[in-house]
Amino acid sequence: MTAAIELQDLRKSFGPTEIIRGVNLSIADGERHAIIGPNGAGKSTLFHLISGRYNVSGGTVSLHGENISNLPPYEIYRKGLSRSFQVTNIFPNMSVFENVRCGLMWVHDYKYSFWHLIDRQKELNERTAEVIEEIGLTSRQHIPAGVLTYAEQRALEIGIAAAGGADVIMLDEPTAGMSHSETDQAIALIRKITEGRTLVMVEHDMGVVFDLADRISVLVYGEIIASDTPENIRNSKAVQEAYLGAEAEE
Amino acid sequence: MSEITKTASPATARPLMKTLLPWIGFFILLLALPNIFSSNVGLYTMNLMGIFVIFALSYNMLLGQGGMLSFGHAVYFGLGGFMSVHFMNYIEDGDFTFPMYLIPIFGGLIGLVFGIIIGSFSTRRAGTVFAMISLGVGELMAASSLIFVAFFGGEEGVSGDRTTGPDLMGINFGQDIHIYYLIAGWVFVTVALMYLFSRTPAGRMANAVRDNAERAEFVGYSQRKVRFVSFCASGFFAGIAGGLFALNFEIVTEENLNALTSGTVLLMAYIGGVGFFIGPIVGAVIFTLLQSILSNYTDIWQLYVGILFVLTVMYVPQGLTGIFMMHTAAWRMRRVGSLILPYLRAGIPALAMLTGIAAFLETIHHMRSSVEGETAMSLMGVDFDSHSFVAWIVILALVVVGGYLTRSQLPQLKEAWEMANKPPAQREGAGS
Amino acid sequence: MLELIFFSLLNGVVTGLLLFMLASGLTLIFSMMGVLNFAHASFYMLGAYFAYTISIYLGFWVGLIVAPILVGLLGAVVERYGLRYVHRWGHVAELIFTFGLAFLIEEVVQFIWGKDTKAYHEPEILQFPLFTFFGQNFPAYKAFMLVISIGIFILLLLILTRSRVGLIIQAAIHKPNMTAMLGHNVPLVFMGVFGVGCALAGLAGVIAGPALGTFPGMAFVLGSIVFVIVVVGGLGSLTGAFVASLLIGLLQTFAIALDYSVNDLLQLFNISFDADSALRDLWTLSLPQIAPILPYLLLILILIFRPTGLFGNRET
Repeated sequence: MTAAIELQDLRKSFGPTEIIRGVNLSIADGERHAIIGPNGAGKSTLFHLISGRYNVSGGTVSLHGENISNLPPYEIYRKGLSRSFQVTNIFPNMSVFENVRCGLMWVHDYKYSFWHLIDRQKELNERTAEVIEEIGLTSRQHIPAGVLTYAEQRALEIGIAAAGGADVIMLDEPTAGMSHSETDQAIALIRKITEGRTLVMVEHDMGVVFDLADRISVLVYGEIIASDTPENIRNSKAVQEAYLGAEAEE
Repeated sequence: MSEITKTASPATARPLMKTLLPWIGFFILLLALPNIFSSNVGLYTMNLMGIFVIFALSYNMLLGQGGMLSFGHAVYFGLGGFMSVHFMNYIEDGDFTFPMYLIPIFGGLIGLVFGIIIGSFSTRRAGTVFAMISLGVGELMAASSLIFVAFFGGEEGVSGDRTTGPDLMGINFGQDIHIYYLIAGWVFVTVALMYLFSRTPAGRMANAVRDNAERAEFVGYSQRKVRFVSFCASGFFAGIAGGLFALNFEIVTEENLNALTSGTVLLMAYIGGVGFFIGPIVGAVIFTLLQSILSNYTDIWQLYVGILFVLTVMYVPQGLTGIFMMHTAAWRMRRVGSLILPYLRAGIPALAMLTGIAAFLETIHHMRSSVEGETAMSLMGVDFDSHSFVAWIVILALVVVGGYLTRSQLPQLKEAWEMANKPPAQREGAGS
Repeated sequence: MLELIFFSLLNGVVTGLLLFMLASGLTLIFSMMGVLNFAHASFYMLGAYFAYTISIYLGFWVGLIVAPILVGLLGAVVERYGLRYVHRWGHVAELIFTFGLAFLIEEVVQFIWGKDTKAYHEPEILQFPLFTFFGQNFPAYKAFMLVISIGIFILLLLILTRSRVGLIIQAAIHKPNMTAMLGHNVPLVFMGVFGVGCALAGLAGVIAGPALGTFPGMAFVLGSIVFVIVVVGGLGSLTGAFVASLLIGLLQTFAIALDYSVNDLLQLFNISFDADSALRDLWTLSLPQIAPILPYLLLILILIFRPTGLFGNRET
C-alpha cells in the first residue's frame, strides 16, 4: 500500500545553512501523525516543503506515490493535500461564509468560471453551510473574517483547509494560543473533521498530541530522531533528552 | 489594503424582488435624468459621466476587486476609442454595414485582445512591480501612438461621424439626447455585467487573491491566472467605455491613452471609494462635476482636485462612499437625526475656512496671472480688488476664525458620533 | 563616424549618470521603506525651480548649494507627516499617496511659477566649449554635470560603505527592527534617508535644469524613465540601478544620433515596401523616432525574460 506521504532524504538549505538535513518519513493512509520538536527544529519548514511553499534543495516529497516536490501549491492542493497555517492566513475582508466557500470552489469544479453566478450554486452553498456548522461558526458566518476572535479565526483556518475534502490534511499548530477549553473544542473538531483522512499535525501542546496522534515523529535540528507510537516516544530516553526533558521534570 | 476595503458579502439566499429593486431604480433613474437636467450642458455632462462610470468601474475590477494598482489603464480605453472610430469611418465609407449603436463592441474586443497580450506578462507579479509595469506599458503605448500615425492619426487624432450609420427606429444619433440614451443603455448593461462578474467564481477569487494571494494558492487557485482573468475583463469594459467616448465626441486622440487619463481614472475610483462596488460610480460622477462645472468658475480647479485627492488618500482612504457607509449603523438604529446638528455646528465653520482658503488661492492666482494693473476680480458674486486691504482681512478672518471654530466644535461632533453608534443595550447605562 | 560615437558615448554617460542620481535615491528609499516614491521626480523638478528662483537673486552657485538642502528638508517633512501617516493603510495606499503627491506638486509648481519654461541658464563662467573634436563642441557645462555626478556617486559610496552612519543605514535597510533594538533611532534614519534621497533628486534638478529645461512637465518625462531603470536594474539593487541608468542613457543617446530606419535595414536585403500600406509607419520607422520608447521596450523584454531585473533578487 502506498504511503499517503513519503519523504525521502529531504533537504532544504537557505543559503549556506541547511535547515532540513535528510528527512526520511513515511505516513500511512488514514494515519494521524504528529510532528513535534523544539523551536527552530524546522517543523514549519518541513510543512512548507511538503505543501509547495518552498522548493526542495534535495530529496523528494511524494503524495500517494507521486512526486510532488517543487510543484506550486495550487497543484498540490488539487491532488488532494490541504494545509492550515500557524499564523492565521485567512481572507480578512471577506465574510466567514465566503472564506469557506473559497476552499470549496475548485473542488466543485468551478475553476476560473465567470459565467456561473455564485449565489445560485445550491450544492456549493449548502456544502459551505455544512462545513461552517461543523466548525461552529454558523452564527458568525456573515461577519468579515478579520474581526473574528482569535479562537474563531483558528477554527476558520481549520475549516478552510478541511472544506475541500482533501484526503491529506496538514495542520500547523492548530491550537496555538488557545485556552484550555478552546483547545478541547479544537481537538474534538479536528477529530471529527479528519475522520477517514490522513492527518499530519505540528503541535507543541503535548496534551493534544498524545490525545490525537496514532504516531509521532520528533524533529530536532532538521533531522528525525524518532518516529514511533506515542507510548514509545514518551518513554524514549533520546526524545526526553532532546525535547520532552522539561515535561519529565514536572 | 485591508483597512480601506471591507466588503462583507450579502446573504446568499435573498428574495428576488429585493435584489432586483436597486436595478429597477437605477433603470428608472437613467430614464428620468435627462428630464431633470435637460439643458445642453446637463446632457453633455451626463454623457461624460456615463462614459467615466464604465471606465472607472472597469478600473476598479483591478484595484478594489483585485488589489492590482495600475497606472496605465487608459491604454485599453484609448485603444477601444481608436478602434471604434476607425469602424465608424468604415461604416461611413460604406465598406461595412453595421449599426452605430453597437460600435462599442469593437472597442471592447480590442480592449480584451490587448488585455490578453499585456496581461500575459504583467500579471505575474502583483503590488509595486505590477504598478510599474502598467506605467511602462502605458507610456509605451502613448509614445507609440505618435509614431504609428496610420492607426493613431498623429497629433490630430482620428475623427468620425456617428450619424452615418443605419438608423435605429428613425434615430441617427445626431442629437445629444439620442446619444444620452445610447450611453445610458450601455451603462446599464455594462454595470450589470461588471456587477455580475463580481458574483462569479472568477470575481470571488479575485477578492480572495486581493486579500491573501498566498492562501488562494493553497485552496487550489493560481493567483496569476485569477489576476489574468480580471485583467482581461477590465480591459474589455474599458474598451467599451472608449468606444462610447468615440461615439460621443467623434474624435479620439493620443490624450485618451496617456498617463493623465490613467491618473484620472485612478483618482475617480479612489475618491469614490474602491472598497465598494458603487464607489467608482460615485467617484466618476463627482469628478465629472468638478471637471465640467468647477472649471467654469476657476482656473485652478486642478489644484483643488489635487489637494482633494491627497487629503482623501491620507485621511479618507475609504472614499466618499466609505464615509457614507460609516453611517449605516446609526441609520439602522434610527439615530442619524441626532447627528445633523453636530454636523452643522462643525460644518459651517469648516465651510467658512475652506471658502477663505479658496479665496486666498484664487486671489493670489489672479494677482499672478492677470495683466499688470488689473486688480478687479470677482468671487462667488462678490466683486473686489485683489490688492484691497479689506479683502485680505476678510480672507484672513475666514480662515483663522473658521479654523478655530471648527477645531472647537470637533469634540461635540465626536461625542455625538459615539452616542449615535452605541449599541442599544449599553446606551441606557452610560450617562447622557 | 568616430566623432558620432565619441560624443554619443560622452553624452550618454552624462545622461546616464544624471539618471543614476535620481535612480539611486529612489532605490535607497525603496530598499529601506518598501515604497516606490512616485513623487521622486517631483523633487527633482522642485530642485530646478528652487535653484532658478535663488539664482535670480543670489546667483547659480548659491542655488547649487541651497536648493538641494531645501528640497531635502521638504522631503523629510513629507516623510514625517505624510508617508509615515499613510503607512498604516499599506503599500498600495503609500504608492497612491506618492502618486497624488506628484500630481499635487506639479499643480503647485504651476500655481507658483506658471506653466511656461523658465529661463534658468548655466552660469556664464561655464558657458564655453570645453573642447572641440572633429568640428563638434562639447560644452563645459556638460563636463561640469559629469564631474558633479561622479563626485556625488563616490561620496555616496564612501558614506554607505565606510562611515558609521552608512553602516547604520545599511543595517536599518535589512533589519529595521533589530537596528531599533540596538538603540538607533530608526524613524530618524528613515526620515534622513528619505530627505537625502530627495536632496539628491533636487541636486539632479539643479544641474539638469539649464540643460534639459525647467518646465512643469519635467518631472513626468524623467520620472517614468527612472521607474523603468529601477525595475530593469532590479528593485532594491544600487548596482542594478547604476548599470541600468548607464545602459538607458547610452541607448537613448545612440538611438537619437544614429539616424537609420527600418527602411534602411530592408534595403540591405533589397526589400522594398508599398508607401501607402497601413503599415507604412512601421517601414519608415527610424531609430530617432523610437528613441523615446526604447526604455519601455527594454522594460517589457526584461519583464518577460528576467522578471527580477538585471541584478535584483528581492521578491516584493
